[in-house]
Amino acid sequence: MHLDALWRILAGLVLCPLLFGVINRVKAKFAGRQGQPLLQTYFDLAKLLRKGAVYSATSSWVFPLGPMLGLACALAALCLAPLGGQPGLFSFEGDLFLFAGLLSLGRFATAAAALDTGSSFEGMGASREMQFAVPAELAQILGLAALAQATGTYSLAGMLALLDMAHWTAAGPVLALTATALFLVLLAETCRIPVDDPTTHLELTMIHEVMVLDHSGPDFAFILYGQGIKLWALGAVLTGLVIPARGDALLDPAFGALGIFGLALAIGIAESSMARLRLLLVPRLLVGATALSGLALILLLR
Amino acid sequence: MLSLVEFILVGLVLTNLVLLGTSRIGLCIRMVAFQGVGLALLPLLGHGEFELSSLVISGATALLKGWAFPTLLFRSLESAHVRAEVEPYVGYSNSLLFGVAALGVSVWLGGRMPVPGPGVPQLLTPVAFFTILVGLFGIVTRRKAVSQVVSYLVLENGIFAFGAVALRKAQLLVEMGILLDVFVAVFVMGIAIFRINREFDHIDADRLASLKE
Repeated sequence: MHLDALWRILAGLVLCPLLFGVINRVKAKFAGRQGQPLLQTYFDLAKLLRKGAVYSATSSWVFPLGPMLGLACALAALCLAPLGGQPGLFSFEGDLFLFAGLLSLGRFATAAAALDTGSSFEGMGASREMQFAVPAELAQILGLAALAQATGTYSLAGMLALLDMAHWTAAGPVLALTATALFLVLLAETCRIPVDDPTTHLELTMIHEVMVLDHSGPDFAFILYGQGIKLWALGAVLTGLVIPARGDALLDPAFGALGIFGLALAIGIAESSMARLRLLLVPRLLVGATALSGLALILLLR
Repeated sequence: MLSLVEFILVGLVLTNLVLLGTSRIGLCIRMVAFQGVGLALLPLLGHGEFELSSLVISGATALLKGWAFPTLLFRSLESAHVRAEVEPYVGYSNSLLFGVAALGVSVWLGGRMPVPGPGVPQLLTPVAFFTILVGLFGIVTRRKAVSQVVSYLVLENGIFAFGAVALRKAQLLVEMGILLDVFVAVFVMGIAIFRINREFDHIDADRLASLKE
């Protein structure tokens, strides 16, 4: 257990809603609007937490469990995610599988809660989410396995701390492939364009938003906050890969955090410059991500 | 210099994956053109010293694969009024998965083969095998005649990649001969596509099986 990681976790907990503000601000600038305040997500969370939750009479205990389990999984994943190559709260050999597993457990909880409402509409969203999760998870595991092969260690913090300039000059193309694959996985996991449009309320194309339609009040706040934490944790791993580590305990996390906000900027630019893909094309994109990380792994294994 | 060769080889693999995963024939033609230009650099980089013969091969390859073939193919695409491949025998996601499997097989095969000579990148044999496999796969699974021609060019690119770096002696004559053959083949296929399209109003190769007098 790394107690010095507490302030890094704290930074993630406090700053992650700001990521949505940055993304929204970039999109607003591209559209020529002024946009909502940067801190809007904080206001939303505070408003939602003050409200009461409404539960349908047909739903069971699974329904309120979904958001709680989802948030718990995201928090646990955040505790594992290293920021700028410095370890998270916990770090051990093989924690990359736990990291991926926690994210999919959170997804399972959300999907189960969506199914529990008995609405066929939400079932449709859950089915889509799970369908896209299959190739996304494969791409993520293969990508992390490629990183493990490149560095020779199976802990997230260990491999990201070892990825320095020397690795990038020696195996630059392979690491770039992995980073691209992990970026596509991040877009799919956090429901951003081109996989899913977080602002859409067009019934036919919604994926994640469909599943959380019936949640209200604190439950919805949990889901919103969990999304933010998930974005932060995945972004931390991705920026840890992209920004070469120098082993500085103070500067590296600062650069990592800056990198995550740069990532939010990149997501905002991607969201304003392209439309979401047709539903049929999404699996193809994610299988493409799988192919990229599989290619990286094969290139390293040879 | 070696790392630049590896860079081109990785680019070859990526364009192959795009070729497997896209339905747009125009994009496929552009990808093959990219492959051709990238491959044209290989004879220059493989030797270390610049020779006139490798310069001639590079120039001819770049001109043919980067300009002549795309122009010909785009022209036959326009005359046939085709934009996209509709319903190939194997879907695009499955094609991509085949690509990953084929890459694994080629790496395994390449690992069992001796490297053709000193200074040849280890990646070369697997990537050449992979490109050949992707070309074969495309010829078998795509319906439109233009896509099949594109796949044929991919197949040829794989063979060229193998030859460009691996064979060093007396390659000018061989490479020029192959290039001429391929040029004639693409030329003839372009004319054939035009004729097929004029007779039948489509270029679906599978529907030509029930040809009658």
